[in-house]
Parts: sequence; C-alpha cells; structure tokens
Amino acid sequence: MSWLSGIFVYHYIDMLDINKIRKDFPILKRKVNGQPLVYLDNAATSQTPKQVIDVIVDYYENYNANIHRGVHALSQEATDKYEQARIKIQKHFNAAKTHEIIFTSGTTHSINLVANGFSSILEKGDEVLVSAMEHHSNIVPWQMLCKRTGAVLKVIPMNQEGELLMDVYDELLTKKTKLVFCNHISNALGTINPIEEIIEKAHSIGAAVLIDGAQAAPHIVADVQTLDVDFYTCSAHKVCGPTGVGMLYGKEEWLKKLPPYQGGGEMIAEVTFEKTTYADLPHKFEAGTPNICGGISFGAALDYMNSIGFEEIAKYEHELLLYATQELLKIDGLKIYGTAKNKTSVISFNIDGIHPYDIGTILDKLGIAVRTGHHCAQPIMDFYKIPGTVRASFSFYNTKEEVDVLVQGVRRARNMLL
Amino acid sequence: MIPKNSYCTFVEKRYMQIKEIQEEIIDEFSMFDDWMQRYEYMIELGKSLPLIEDTYKTDDNIIKGCQSKVWVHAELKDDKLVFTADSDAIITKGIIAILIRAFSNQKPKDIIEADTDFIDKIGLKEHLSPTRANGLVSMIKQLKLYAVAYQTQIK
Repeated sequence: MSWLSGIFVYHYIDMLDINKIRKDFPILKRKVNGQPLVYLDNAATSQTPKQVIDVIVDYYENYNANIHRGVHALSQEATDKYEQARIKIQKHFNAAKTHEIIFTSGTTHSINLVANGFSSILEKGDEVLVSAMEHHSNIVPWQMLCKRTGAVLKVIPMNQEGELLMDVYDELLTKKTKLVFCNHISNALGTINPIEEIIEKAHSIGAAVLIDGAQAAPHIVADVQTLDVDFYTCSAHKVCGPTGVGMLYGKEEWLKKLPPYQGGGEMIAEVTFEKTTYADLPHKFEAGTPNICGGISFGAALDYMNSIGFEEIAKYEHELLLYATQELLKIDGLKIYGTAKNKTSVISFNIDGIHPYDIGTILDKLGIAVRTGHHCAQPIMDFYKIPGTVRASFSFYNTKEEVDVLVQGVRRARNMLL
Repeated sequence: MIPKNSYCTFVEKRYMQIKEIQEEIIDEFSMFDDWMQRYEYMIELGKSLPLIEDTYKTDDNIIKGCQSKVWVHAELKDDKLVFTADSDAIITKGIIAILIRAFSNQKPKDIIEADTDFIDKIGLKEHLSPTRANGLVSMIKQLKLYAVAYQTQIK
C-alpha cells in the first residue's frame, strides 16, 4: 500500500457521485438496531435502486399478464417487455443470438439445467473438473451428475492465497475430460479466476466449459463471444435486480444438443398423448409461466448498472477494497483469507481466538450487515481449517466512511469478545 | 453493574423452581440499560460456563447449527437431570449458560413443562429464532427430549 492509493480513493469518489447514487437506494436510509445501516453483504445480495423498484411496481400496476400466445393487449405488452429484457441481457453479455439467453430462477437453476442435460451426454469413465473454490451449488449438481452417469469428479486445487494451481489444471486435463466448471469470481474469497486460460485449455482437448458468473456479474462485464465460453450464468439479485430470476447463456449448438430440463407449458410445440415435440430455443428450457416481472426488472437492473458504468464501478470498488484491506489489517490478530493478486471487493477474515459468528452478532448490533459462516463453500473452510469467516463485501454504493464504521465495529467486537 | 457469576448463583440456589430462576434472570437483565451491557454480561457468562468434559464433547452430543456448534450432555442425579453444554462461539455459550441455569438440576417433568418465554423478556429473542443458525433452538428441543427420555426411565 503506497500513499498513492489514498489519493485514488478520493479520485474515484469524485468520479462517481456516490451521494447521488446512494439516493437511488431507499433501503440505505434505514436504521438497524438504532444505527444507520451499513450494508456490507453485497456478495450475498445487492440492494435494489428506485429505478428497478419502479419497474416492478409499474409491471403490477399497469400490465401484469401471462406472456406468449396471449391475444389481448396486456399479454402482448408484457411479452414485449419480457423479450426486450432478454435482448438487453443478450447485448450486455454480447451473446451472438437472443435465443442463447435462457431465463432461469437464478444461477443454481442454470447449473442444474446444464448438469441435467449432460446426463445424456456423459459416459462412464468421463471426467468433470471443478475448482476447489466452488459454492455448494456448483459442487452438488456435478456430484449428482457423476453419480447418475458414472463419470468422475476431479478438483482443480488452490494455493494458500486462494489462487487455482494452473499447472495442476494442465495435468488434470486429459482426453477423458468432458466438462470443466469454475466460478468467474469466488464468493468466499473474491479471487478472480483466469477463466480465459481455463476456457482455452479446456477447448484444446475438446471439453465444454461452464463459468458461474454470479459473483462476477456485479463487477465485470463478461463478453461471452470473446471468452468463447460454452455456458455462462448469473443471478439478477447480485446486480441490483430482484431475487428469483437469473440467466443461462449457452452456445446455440450446445443448447440444441441438451435435452429439456423440465416438462410443462411454454416448452412444447405440439402435444399428443403419444408424443410431444419441443419448442425452439429459448422456450425449450422455459417450462411453465416464468418470473415475468423478474425478467423485466432484471433488464432494468442491467440498464441501471450500465448507466453508472462498469468500468467506473470496478475502479471505485477496487479502491474501497484496498482501503478496507489496509485498515482491517491494522487490527491485532486479524487474518484475511483470500489474498489473490487479482480479486474483487470481498474480504473474508477472522480474528485469532474469536468465532466469526460472535463478531457478526456484535456488528449486527452496530447496524453493520456482514455475512458469517462457511459461505456455502465448506471445502474452502476445510482447506484453511477454520469453521468459517466474517465476510464484508463492498458495492459501488458503499463509502470510505462505511469502511471506517466497519473497522471501528470490528475493533469494538474484538475488545468485547477477547 | 454486572451481577456476580451466574454459576455461583446457580450453586447457591440450586433448589429453586425453574420459574423462580427465570424470574431471577429477568431481574438481573432488567438492570442493563443497553445491548452492550447485556452482551458483555452474556460474554462473561459464556466465559464462566463450566467446561463440558471432553469425553462428552462427541459427535453424538453435537447439535449442528450451521455456524456455531453446540454440545449437550445430560445425566440423571437422584431424581434430577443435570446438563452440561458447550459451544465454539462465546455469545452462544452465554445463552447456553442462561439455559443451563434455568433447566439443569431440575426434575424431568418440570423441564418438560417449562417454557422459554423468559429469553424474550431479557431481550435475546433474536437468538432463539428458528432461522438463526446457532443451534440454540435445537438445543432447547434437545434438553426437552432428554427430559422426556429420562422421565420415562424414572417411571
């Protein structure tokens, strides 16, 4: 940390008008336990700006109707808005075709959709690689897939800093590897994984790659064509959108190859009791009435974030990360887990001799929202031999002053608990 | 300001009824003006909770609460049920100390019939929410289950 970074903090604070941005988020005005809310659990879910809330309200007040096939005006309006949202998502991730974007209920649903599809592709003895820093939602579906098909799950290990061992990855990639699965950014450690290299190497031996972009989407715009990734997924609620909706990008050739995940309305072309023919993409994977309002407001959320600018967001959050890291490390006995060179604004930490749950409880009393526990990534906690961590994760609407409140809070918790 | 060590209180007044003990705890907590004092007291209680014997700190006795672990051991002494317990988180341990003070060394029948409203009254309700990942709700259930089991044994 040089004196320079301090200057950058102010520099980017000037570039993004944080006070103006904060006014977009009604929830940031509230108090928790009598204290002003300091929301630092952004990696779990982001807050929702008025611009997105307005879209949700507008939907239910003005054009709530079931979409597709409706002949009436409301149904047509809702269908148009829903399909416009799909185009917004397509453009945001630079997918080649609109029908390569599948609406899902979120990242977990997306992953299960792909894992289920691969049941009919994988054979006994095939191998699936996952990284050592996966969320449970990224481990369990592959374990289930391997159980069904007789394929073998192998793990790409990581070092103490929380970086994948790419030389071991090279060794693990063989002709047997059919699928590689990795998160773009680790939710527990903040590590930005070298997905370009992961994708390129997997493709060189003919394996498909699914990248979980749930944690990356609020910080980085993934260009799926440049990445040449086979599948990419994210959830709306991490990018200022609502919960219960997300997307799966899949290359057209793959989506055509995979069988439907769920049967039901919307996903069929023709049904008799003898035979059903499936609808074309993307509807083949969208059985039942979707989260219409969710899809539309997902599009509005991406509009909102793009209006601020992802480049500015990333720079500002990086400065918050550096400042918070520097200040937290001044606390006696505090250890940060996940110190990759390339990381986003997530700080997982513990203090010697104190259980993370206790720190989280005291911080909550001070109005500071952090996450404690294993962050649905038990293998990472086992790796570090800890029960869990306290995780503070920053968003573009957080401020340097809030970092100071966190640091004071952690100091206070430490004094009370030790 | 902070009342004396709860364990000592418990030893001196071991034959109080559960209800009386609970009222005593409510009295003690009513002296605190804010959450800081309440929590400092709980942390104090947590630190002074007699340690559970290592032989009882087994996987069988563990109540997994997702985040903090809780161990509970029960044994019958004469006609009373004696609990020892522990946790890896100190605030959780403080609440365990309060629960043990209220329920340990009591007749199984009284434990079965006792309620836990006093936790609300001392401002710690949030810790006993079923969605709180600290194992305390399961712990109370476990205390009552032990009481039911030993009650059958007494009969």
